[in-house]
Amino acid sequence: MSSLLYDIPGPKARARNRMLTAVGALVVAGLVALAVWRLAVNDQLDPDRWAVLFDARTEVPQALLRALGRTLQVAVIGMVLATVLGALLAIGRLSDRRWISRPVTVVVEFFRAVPLLLLILFSFIFIPAIGTPISPFAALLLGLVLYNMSVLAEIFRSGILSVDRGQWEAGYALGLRKSQLMATVLLPQAVRRMLPVLIAQLVVLLKDTSLGYIVTYSELLRTARGLVEFFGNTYSFQFYVAAAVIYIVVNLLISSIARLVERRTRKDGKARAAGPIGLPDETTPVVVPGGGPDRGL
Amino acid sequence: MSVLIDNLPLLLRGFWMTLVLSVLAWIGAMVLGTVLAGLRVSPSAPLRGLGYTYVELVRNTPLTVVFFFMAFGLPQLDLALPSFFWSALLALVLYTAAFVCEAIRSGINAVPPGQAEAARALGMPFGQVLGQVVLPQAIRTVIPPLGNVWIALVKNSSIASAFAVTELTAVLSRLSNATAGALVWIGLGVALGYLVITLPSGWAVSRFERRLAVLR
Repeated sequence: MSSLLYDIPGPKARARNRMLTAVGALVVAGLVALAVWRLAVNDQLDPDRWAVLFDARTEVPQALLRALGRTLQVAVIGMVLATVLGALLAIGRLSDRRWISRPVTVVVEFFRAVPLLLLILFSFIFIPAIGTPISPFAALLLGLVLYNMSVLAEIFRSGILSVDRGQWEAGYALGLRKSQLMATVLLPQAVRRMLPVLIAQLVVLLKDTSLGYIVTYSELLRTARGLVEFFGNTYSFQFYVAAAVIYIVVNLLISSIARLVERRTRKDGKARAAGPIGLPDETTPVVVPGGGPDRGL
Repeated sequence: MSVLIDNLPLLLRGFWMTLVLSVLAWIGAMVLGTVLAGLRVSPSAPLRGLGYTYVELVRNTPLTVVFFFMAFGLPQLDLALPSFFWSALLALVLYTAAFVCEAIRSGINAVPPGQAEAARALGMPFGQVLGQVVLPQAIRTVIPPLGNVWIALVKNSSIASAFAVTELTAVLSRLSNATAGALVWIGLGVALGYLVITLPSGWAVSRFERRLAVLR
């Protein structure tokens, strides 16, 4: 699409592009040089400092792997719970009975409009205050589930609403009740279309598990911090870089799965015949006070 | 209820800090994000690659990790920022810019090809095509996604509370020793502080969207 913005470059334009590229490259090279210089001046490039990340005798790789396991654990459990509750909330919000749809709307809108960290912190502080002890894991999980179920509820709702009107009408014409229509006709199609968005939401959730650091759940970031405290400040830069790289690699993997699934569903004749996917993204922006399921944010 | 009134100055100070942090970060992120979007559609392949790499790296890094680097990583390189407020601000700007970039880029792609073609037929170079024809239309179509990015930014600013910036969420951790009953009120008060920013933002966005919509 971007090629529409400029003509096929002639000799002058090519020269200008080369110059622009050179300027851009210089700026980038400058930034990289600054980083490398600062790193070198502070001995951060010393191979010994990086070797600790891969030396099994120091127990560092094992600790990081275990931390990754704990991060994935809370992310997966949170995702499953949030998906189930989100689907229920979406159906509740689409209910014809006001006494169901109204409170569900309030719940969904409230939890979406509040920062996730506030939910996690509140669970962590409030639940012990009423006399029930809560582990950091449970507090983190509770916050993640409350927030993501509301986000997913909106994703499901827009998915259900995007199913072609004719499907609803056909269902009613066959004499299905609304609950049957939901369960056998609308939800399966909605989930199918929403699959890429659901997987993208998993990336968001996985990134958000790093908030566990704040409530002392020993996920990746907390573990990196712990390692820094154990090994001293010498290695702090290396441990943070390691944590960041692990997050990026795992998230890129999940993102590429999401893209793969998206391409698959798009290729699928049935999905295509049903019209463009009603994803709440760039093509059909829906603004909502809670901030909407903006991919990855 | 009385706990809210007792701590009203603290809450208001937190609210103000959240607002200042969000607004400043928003300005920075809009500028950086627009530049990145320009890079991503530019005629130069290395510049496109640069924009792409930045966005992919930042989008897949948790914001908490970005905060960490700003607060604890940079000092390791003797590049410490003057205060935690600046670390938080820089982290929010760098992180949000990637999402602003993606929103604007999707808007650029949504502008009908005929617009850019017409501009090119008039002999405009890339800079003018983008700056005078495509971007003004693109920004209008992306007001809703940009609004969502703004709202997410306001909520994301809460992470600054873990890095010694006393904004709204920090009020809750500071008063964490209160009784259960008081905690409910504090929690609601803090949540209200965010709702006061996010709900009107949502309404404003949908109004702006209608007023600025390009008729096609």
